[in-house]
Amino acid sequence: MSELGPTPFLILAAFLFACGVVCVAAKRNAIGILMGVELVLNAANLNLVTFARFDPRFRLEGQVFALLVVVLAAAEAAVALAIVLNFYNTHTTVDVDDGNELKG
Amino acid sequence: MTLPVALFAVVATATAVSALGVVLSQRIVRSAVWLLFTLVGVAVLYFLLGAEFLGAAQLVVYVGGTLVLVVFGIMLTAQGPFDTLTTRPAEWAVGGTLGVALFALLAHAVMGVEAKPAGDGPLPGTGPLGVAFLGDYLLPFEIVSVHLLVVLIGAAYLARAKRRAKP
Repeated sequence: MSELGPTPFLILAAFLFACGVVCVAAKRNAIGILMGVELVLNAANLNLVTFARFDPRFRLEGQVFALLVVVLAAAEAAVALAIVLNFYNTHTTVDVDDGNELKG
Repeated sequence: MTLPVALFAVVATATAVSALGVVLSQRIVRSAVWLLFTLVGVAVLYFLLGAEFLGAAQLVVYVGGTLVLVVFGIMLTAQGPFDTLTTRPAEWAVGGTLGVALFALLAHAVMGVEAKPAGDGPLPGTGPLGVAFLGDYLLPFEIVSVHLLVVLIGAAYLARAKRRAKP
């Protein structure tokens, strides 16, 4: 592990983060946007665990906060899917471009 | 090339390709399958970093829970077997430029991280993590648990079955 260093992990996390942002920006399906958010959260988590491994000060804290992020991501997915289902019930589509009125 | 480096190369390549697949595939179901491979790849990276409990939690919560939820959402909102919402080329251009610029910025920032002397021995396992959650981090733990309860009630309320307003 010592010969690997934190930089490759951090670069991979940056790549995942950029992929997630592009997914959020370019997808028109609301669930596709949700997947982009999951990618972004995973990238942040990978950073946390990398620093837990390679920085002696964060050996416990990195894992603790990564676990909290995993739980919060699950909660966020549940609420977002409920909202998407509600939107689909009223608009019969999941295209986010159609969600342009305040009170549908 | 030692074993950790080779393992990291293989797993990181698979994860990055899967993440690209999530972004680039047109069909939303295929995006979900690519996301499955990405999440499994990240879990393997956690194992590689020595955080075994976190890798297991990632597999159980993300792959077993969140992804199944996402697939259920896709099935409940799909209008056909191959539902596709295509993105316009201009949107791809803007999003791609944004993504490349963001990746360049982050990679430049990452290059400035100096390698610290890695900690000795394995990462703290489930025992120290449990003690930390019931000790120093009791308040965040309680907040997260109450938040999870509120979210479940709210999601059940939002997604309850009701008559369609307009056909």
